[in-house]
Amino acid sequence: MDRYLHTVDSDWYRQRAAGALICILAAFLILLVRLYYLQIVEGHEFRRQSQNNCVRLQGIPPPRGLIFDRNGVLLVENRPSFNVSIVPREAKNPNRVVHKLAELLHIAPETLFPRLAEVRGARSFRPVLLRRDVSRDVVAIIEAHKLDLPGIVITVEPTRHYLEGKRASHLLGYLGEISSEELKSGCFPDNRIGDFIGKFGVEKAYEPYFHGKQGEQQIEVNAIGQLTRVLKTDEAISGKNIYLTLDIGLQRKAEALLAGMVGTAVAMDPSNGHILAMASSPAFDPNVFVEGMTHESWNDLASNEFRPMENKTIQGQYPPASTYKIVTAIAGLEEGVITEHTRIFCPGYYRYGDRTFRCWKRGGHGFMNVTDALAQSCDVFFYQVGEKLGVDRLAIHAKACGLGLPTGVDLDKEAKGLVPTSGWKLIRMGVPWQGGETLSVAIGQGFDLVTPIQMLSLISAVANGGIRYKPLVIRRIESSDGSLVKKQVPMPLGRLSASEKTLQIIKKSLMDAVNKPTGTGWIARIAGVDVAGKTGTAQVVTMAEDDDDKEKSVESMRLRHRDHAWFIAFAPAEEPRVAVAVLIEHGGHGSRAAGPVAREMIKTYLGDLRIDD
Amino acid sequence: MIDRRLLEHFDWVLFGLTLVLGGIGILTLYSAATANVDIVGVKGPVYLKQCYWLAIGTGVMILLALFSYRWLNRLALPIYLVSIGLLVAVLFVGKEVSGSQRWLIVGPVSFQPSELVKISLVIMLARYFSENVSEEGFSLMELWKPLIWALIPFALIVKQPDLGTSLIVLLIAGTVTIFVKIERRSLLCLTGAGIVGSVVAWFFLKGYQKQRILAFLDPHGDPLGAGYHIIQSKIAVGSGLLFGKGFLKGTQNALSFLPEQHTDFIFSVLAEEWGFLGAAVVISLYVLLVIWGLSVAVRSKEPFGTILAVGLTSMIFWQAFINLAMAVALLPVVGVPLPLISYGGSSMLVTMGAIGILLNISMRRFLFKE
Repeated sequence: MDRYLHTVDSDWYRQRAAGALICILAAFLILLVRLYYLQIVEGHEFRRQSQNNCVRLQGIPPPRGLIFDRNGVLLVENRPSFNVSIVPREAKNPNRVVHKLAELLHIAPETLFPRLAEVRGARSFRPVLLRRDVSRDVVAIIEAHKLDLPGIVITVEPTRHYLEGKRASHLLGYLGEISSEELKSGCFPDNRIGDFIGKFGVEKAYEPYFHGKQGEQQIEVNAIGQLTRVLKTDEAISGKNIYLTLDIGLQRKAEALLAGMVGTAVAMDPSNGHILAMASSPAFDPNVFVEGMTHESWNDLASNEFRPMENKTIQGQYPPASTYKIVTAIAGLEEGVITEHTRIFCPGYYRYGDRTFRCWKRGGHGFMNVTDALAQSCDVFFYQVGEKLGVDRLAIHAKACGLGLPTGVDLDKEAKGLVPTSGWKLIRMGVPWQGGETLSVAIGQGFDLVTPIQMLSLISAVANGGIRYKPLVIRRIESSDGSLVKKQVPMPLGRLSASEKTLQIIKKSLMDAVNKPTGTGWIARIAGVDVAGKTGTAQVVTMAEDDDDKEKSVESMRLRHRDHAWFIAFAPAEEPRVAVAVLIEHGGHGSRAAGPVAREMIKTYLGDLRIDD
Repeated sequence: MIDRRLLEHFDWVLFGLTLVLGGIGILTLYSAATANVDIVGVKGPVYLKQCYWLAIGTGVMILLALFSYRWLNRLALPIYLVSIGLLVAVLFVGKEVSGSQRWLIVGPVSFQPSELVKISLVIMLARYFSENVSEEGFSLMELWKPLIWALIPFALIVKQPDLGTSLIVLLIAGTVTIFVKIERRSLLCLTGAGIVGSVVAWFFLKGYQKQRILAFLDPHGDPLGAGYHIIQSKIAVGSGLLFGKGFLKGTQNALSFLPEQHTDFIFSVLAEEWGFLGAAVVISLYVLLVIWGLSVAVRSKEPFGTILAVGLTSMIFWQAFINLAMAVALLPVVGVPLPLISYGGSSMLVTMGAIGILLNISMRRFLFKE
């Protein structure tokens, strides 16, 4: 150790210490200068601010992004709403003030914010929300009794307003207060308790775009908490505006057509996947959610037997019925089980083992090729195609058509439907597949389940030459100053498993279905426009072999036993500009209930286009 | 054991400075606490408890001055290992207070091992550096051991998580290392590594820690959260003007606008009530304390004593500086107590323990001759 003591003498340490001393003095000098600045130079300003501690900082909520339709028609905006809050510390006795307020407004005090007791310390200087969105009358009463209501403040906050009420409510969605789970999840770093966020529909899917950046205001208040001076303002930054793919004209038409019915009508531009209309009936009014709804009205919505809160376009799962024959036909032609010339005789029934499967047409269709069978929706023809294919080969083509999987539309809660296979049944039910079940599946009954948007995506692909596009609900996103943030480009998901030739056959069949008097879709024809389409009548109650319910008129059947009606179509056949899918729950026959809805939507949309040209 | 010569050389200035600062702390706490009797987690008046802590601390200080500090040289490793052991224990059986696990509870006593580790690390470093010191300075190859000794407690404290204390540990180790001289090349390397490290570390910080740093950079970004503390502290300090509002007359404090006014923001209370003059006096007392510590270091006649004194002084310096800079909004709010003034037993005992060791070194400056 001595060796080291000699290598470094105490002078060396003295030098090092001198360096340290300079650093220390410099550091403390900085502190003193800073203190001098705060206490002497700026001191009087701070002293003034500290008197009554009159400086408050309050957040400025950012206006949420607006929603427009594809042509720039404003659908959703923000309106000012008046919120009543209390600043507990300024109220001195918050409970008495709250009771006084309740008395003035003739409401029960319990309906106002009840958790004042928990607010203490520095937090007691923050306003506690008592009531959202009060009327101007209430504001006037409070202003008039200002002196009796110390600590009561009224703030103006932007509130969501859906201009057309229930219109397109399932697509637009609604807002709700952020839940504590959502706050904890970390997905909403900019939000606080009490903020409204998108809970459904486009409002939810594009929440990060809609939400702007909170602004902030440094203000001075007087002894009873009223604003006397604004010291500093950092403006809030508005959320992004979204332009939907929706055509509000077509949407209005679709909703008018569905009025009084339970079901959905949805339209797409087959060339790019743009959703032009998405109506689901019955609908709800999203304004109610921000205005504050009572427990009863929520229960009414949630327990309504016609499920108004459900977007039937993407959440409803139905047997595809005869619309599925498109898939069976593609599978049959592609697998070589049939050719376009294959003819099968339909006597009105088909025997499989010891069971008899009937055609919807009692007397039979006679000899049918695939085009006639699709156009006239012959069950017997497709029983036999299905039997030759087997359920698993059929399933491969169904999946290539986008069935059994969500389409990926940017909306919450999309159902995926069901494409049954023998393996699925064995795992799910523990019993092997029965051959007869294949026959049901081949005509879209049995285990088959699809959503209307899946069928729309399928019929669009048939229309555009086989490409399945992701259904798009927005076209572009702009910032509030109009600059482009994001432009949505078409997103091909895959191709139908159909060759060019097969698609031609299908198209021809679907045109015959509408344009030949023998076709099942005759009701949907439009003079001057080639409409191509397919009907479907989905059985709700299994058809017993000798059930003569079928012979009865639809009207005489009990509503919940009536069949679901399908119609999927596109037009014009040669250069398709619009595809539609319509499903009417318990609507009875596909052609009669759903056909006219599809026809009128096509007419409206193509009519609009003609005006544009 | 007690030599008459030792008593003659007792460092009354250092002892007196310590008690004066402790007394100022109690007065300030009295003011802070009368305004707010319901400070979370503290039963009974805060200032009274602080009186006990000051008394106990004085005992610890005298105790640590009695025996020869050379024992610390011999016991460096065991002391270090015990304090690291306690830090590990706190991760498993520590008590969690508002999101971080810092406290170890033994019977009625609760304390923070992270405070103790500051001293044990300084002792460890003093031993190593005093044995290897040279005028050329240390190279990277010679520094890997001290680096590991510093990084172990750093990592453990970050894990609690306690950003402020962990940074203090690094700062102390860095100060001692620079004091004993480090090669220019090595210094550049370490600085570079530190910068890269802190960028990487940013991604591992907890939300509230990031928020505090961001709030410091932009106090208006989150006005009702972290930025609020800084603004309120500035108002409190600034409104003190030259002479202050007077004892017990601080309004910012009285209305509990100040967060943590008995620990992190105690200086704001003081500056509001005593003004620029009072604040400048307190700052001068700290300057005096730190310079005195440095002079103890220089007057010690052997390297271990010198380096040990430098380390302990740097501990007091950094805590005082960071806390004060925080109160006047020059640094982010990282939660570092003001030595001898902030409320808190662990901080008080460890600071007074460190000063006890300084007294020890000071008293024995004539015993060990070259």
